[in-house]
Amino acid sequence: MTNVFPIGRKPTPATSTARGASKATRAPWEEPPTVVGRAAKVLTLTAVVGTVLVPLWIIVVTSFSTPGAINRAGGLVLWPDGLTMRAYREMLGEPTVRTALLVSLAITVIGTAVSMVVSVLCAYGLSRSGSFGHRAVLWLLIVTMFVSGGLIPTFLVVTGLGGYGQFWALILPSSVSVFNILVLRSFYSQTSSELIDAARADGAGDWRILWSVVLPTSRAVTAVITLFYAVGYWNSFFNVMLYMPTESEKWPLQYVLLTYVNRGIGLPGQTNGGFGETHAQTAPLSLQMAVVVLTLVPLLVVYPFVQKHFRTGVLTGAIKG
Amino acid sequence: MDDRERPGEVRDRPVTTTDAPHSARPQAPHSPPARAAQPKRLTWRMRLRRDRTLLIMTVPAVVLLLVFNYAPLVGLVTAFQYYDPLTGIWNSEWAGLGQFQQLFQDAQFWGSLQNTLYLSFVQLILFFPVPIALALLLNTVISERIRNVIQSVVYLPHFFSWVLAITIFQQMLGGAGVLNQFLRSHDIGAWNIMTDPDTFALLVTSQAVWKEAGWGIIVFLAALSAINTELYEAAAADGAGRWRRTWHITLPGLRGVIMLMLVLRLGNALTVGFEQFLIQRDAVGHETADVLDTFSFYYGIATGNYGYGAAAGLFKSVISLLLIWGANRLAHAFGEDGLYRK
Repeated sequence: MTNVFPIGRKPTPATSTARGASKATRAPWEEPPTVVGRAAKVLTLTAVVGTVLVPLWIIVVTSFSTPGAINRAGGLVLWPDGLTMRAYREMLGEPTVRTALLVSLAITVIGTAVSMVVSVLCAYGLSRSGSFGHRAVLWLLIVTMFVSGGLIPTFLVVTGLGGYGQFWALILPSSVSVFNILVLRSFYSQTSSELIDAARADGAGDWRILWSVVLPTSRAVTAVITLFYAVGYWNSFFNVMLYMPTESEKWPLQYVLLTYVNRGIGLPGQTNGGFGETHAQTAPLSLQMAVVVLTLVPLLVVYPFVQKHFRTGVLTGAIKG
Repeated sequence: MDDRERPGEVRDRPVTTTDAPHSARPQAPHSPPARAAQPKRLTWRMRLRRDRTLLIMTVPAVVLLLVFNYAPLVGLVTAFQYYDPLTGIWNSEWAGLGQFQQLFQDAQFWGSLQNTLYLSFVQLILFFPVPIALALLLNTVISERIRNVIQSVVYLPHFFSWVLAITIFQQMLGGAGVLNQFLRSHDIGAWNIMTDPDTFALLVTSQAVWKEAGWGIIVFLAALSAINTELYEAAAADGAGRWRRTWHITLPGLRGVIMLMLVLRLGNALTVGFEQFLIQRDAVGHETADVLDTFSFYYGIATGNYGYGAAAGLFKSVISLLLIWGANRLAHAFGEDGLYRK
């Protein structure tokens, strides 16, 4: 690019992320927006974004607030006033929350690993059109999307296999998502056959091809599906309700959130009606909000990395098997 | 390259795009040979040998599905039994349609069915159009960066658990929530939405909108980006204004997706959500909050009356299948794809 303004004005470098550098322009045939229309649009979209962000903001601020600040606000705090980390220190000092966090992490990590291994293998196994028997297996998968035994028969099967109170009962029954397998499969079958044929000519077997050719070329969809599975495990609480006796050492975090924050019941194993009630230093409310934040943190850490790939992961015409 | 297939030889197999199952081109099972030099059709034994690794890879998933999805189908017979966990599924006393007779005389069952249909209807009216409207609105935002920011924010609640979502609602709108703080400080009487049975349908629908409407945008945005911009240009050149263009180009471009979503929504008319209602059942009372799924759970598992709960579940599944089929037929009658192309 030649500089047409040799005196004084420096052209903005193309790499700058300054506002306006990446600004798309309106198509020439489009009429400019009216003031009213523009204002309405801005207001609507701000409101939409606000309904998500404002509650989260209030919850985070409240979890860091001193009892004094909460009292002054008459409840939840909108603006940071007196800040303290005490609620978090106290929460992580609680054996109940600590173990719940570990249980949740264990369920999520182990469950996601199991789900991903099983799904990726199955998706690749079905992705080579014309392979022997893949149509039959595909039907076996798709039928489950429309026909299911339902809650009670599933419960009977799991308990019949001795799953009551067992860790695997929280993972295996919901470990295979046919929808996710179909999404993965539709990506894997797009992997160029030249690449695969070349690898095969070099003497690679199917395991090797999956590991060294297919997986590296479909990182985005793998990331998205991993997130889907992980979020599912992190958020699961109904399986706990079904298969876990009411022992707090096997509760995941969501369950603590439900009993303690939502229902306001004190944590078990605590005298004087649950933690936070008798602590003058920490308002029970900020302790509750700290639990909420704790369930949010892992999600918010992973989310930005995966979020940009959503469209690829969701829209693959997975149904068109 | 010679075209002989040597069974059992995995390495240095001839690489052809016609006999290998690794071509990305979809092949009809009995398609005529694509090339003249096509070898004879492989026997199934050869194909099995060639593809055994691929089949082995599907085994773990298939086993899990057989155990946790197909085995429960056998468990459906409990709907026709007076099932007793102690005697087991093979020896329980047969009820015939007794469970169903009892079910259809149960006022609570009809109540939960009524709640389900009512909530489903409210969701169809108040929830279904929201993602479409949002997608249209977002599509008019020119700045890519602003669009991306808005998208990432509205997708977020989809990943919250229902426990978390309801907790957030509780903190904002509940008895001690932000809204009531505001009302009290302005000397207006407090109003606890979270426990008010009269507004329950509105509450759960707004929760569903808050949590899922953003995520629902994705599908419509994709359909919007597939619309050919030349159409807009041509229309603008012909003097069609912004609204005319929306009406004559954008909406027809979305029609297929909207129909598909509508088919799915109608097919799931009896599924309005489960955890959401389970969590809030105690706060508003079961007369208001019981839907078919929670009914099945409460009367099946919580009270140990398995056969009864299974019967309620089976009733729901059968009706749902009929609904999906019916909605799909309807879509085809309107000349749309529905779930699949005709």
